[in-house]
Amino acid sequence: MRILLVDDSSTMRRIQKNTLEKLGYTDITEAGDGAEAVAKVAAGGFDLVLMDWNMPNMTGIEALKKIKGDAAMKAVPVIMVTSESEKTKIIEAIQAGAANYIVKPFQSEVLQEKITAVLNK
Amino acid sequence: MAFIAVKAEHVNPFVTSTMETFSKMVGTEAKPGKISLKKNAVLNYDVSGIIGLSGGAKGVVSLCFPKASALRITNKFMGANHSDFNPETVDAIGELANIVAGNAKKGLTEFNIQISLPSVVMGANHQIMEPKDVLTFIVPFTTEFGEFHMCVSLKSGTP
Amino acid sequence: MAVSIKVEHINPFILATIETFKTMMKLEVKPGKVTLERRTGFQSDLSGIIGLSGGAKGSVSMTFPKITALKVVSAFIGEKVVTMDDGVVDAIGELANIVAGAAKKDLVKYNISISLPTVVVGDNHELSGAKEVTPMYVPFETPLGNFNLVVSFKSEIA
Repeated sequence: MRILLVDDSSTMRRIQKNTLEKLGYTDITEAGDGAEAVAKVAAGGFDLVLMDWNMPNMTGIEALKKIKGDAAMKAVPVIMVTSESEKTKIIEAIQAGAANYIVKPFQSEVLQEKITAVLNK
Repeated sequence: MAFIAVKAEHVNPFVTSTMETFSKMVGTEAKPGKISLKKNAVLNYDVSGIIGLSGGAKGVVSLCFPKASALRITNKFMGANHSDFNPETVDAIGELANIVAGNAKKGLTEFNIQISLPSVVMGANHQIMEPKDVLTFIVPFTTEFGEFHMCVSLKSGTP
Repeated sequence: MAVSIKVEHINPFILATIETFKTMMKLEVKPGKVTLERRTGFQSDLSGIIGLSGGAKGSVSMTFPKITALKVVSAFIGEKVVTMDDGVVDAIGELANIVAGAAKKDLVKYNISISLPTVVVGDNHELSGAKEVTPMYVPFETPLGNFNLVVSFKSEIA
């Protein structure tokens, strides 16, 4: 189970990494923006991507669209983890192919629930 | 909105704005030194005015002073003669930060920047820390009333 | 004459603080008596500040004594930290960021956008807001110690 954790804040990556490790997911790779995320997904081997929305260089939603628009990458599920709680943003992400959506602040239980739901799809 | 990368040149409008604000409003020349990356520099100040930036880019701009130059500059700005910090000094520092940030917006139209209300920090030897994952630029300024620093962090993003 | 902040403007920030501590740290935090003052003289060692703009202008700050900050950050990031370092500083900024972001959803009509966080480090510093708005101070009690939420908010939108 390899997870790619994408967030431009190293603190947010640290928080999510600690949460994921406590939930038993230990094979975690980090990326600091959308472009880095797309490059890592393109290189292959990931079972899941947790993607922040607002990032420099390439935003999460742009990275999501790139991943979902590429035949070789589109099978990798992407969960958006962001503080963008507006409905239109959530709809945009789901339409772009996001497997699920987590709004910050989130509980570790919610993270677990959504990861399980996505992986069992 | 198209993505625009943040570069060192985006600090220039803040430098120009600081020079203009000091020459027009304070009535003294503020000479900028070299723009550099703040990185892990630990710098202590006694009073700082902070303004948040958002819109097509997110950021923060701060004017950070040692006590002596803060008092002399705000006294000149207000036409006052305070020998210690008081509520007027605090307001003046907030107002200076506000004018500098507001006036810099016109040089950054591509980012469609909006500014927040100012926050003012008082306290001997405090440090102002920007997010470590974002580029922060620092510009030292010299005036006849002493020195101060201006720091700018900017991060592009979706509006 | 400075304008006073309205209850409907402060409540989203209080609720966002409660929600953030509850969901991300599993901590119950209790807001105390709200005060409206220009300068209260309360002092902090570590403060996270976020600027607000859009249909309203303002700022939101969370200010901590050092010991409380270390405990709160430990709970927040899920690992024990005992010394003040870059990671602690960044985490306080991120915490303020999440609280401001969470408050936005109850302030939709103001179309607020939030700035990057700034963190002030310095024993016994004091925070003050803009001249034209009286900031609101909310003390919070937590099992890890007390902290303050400071909010300034100004809008032309009714």
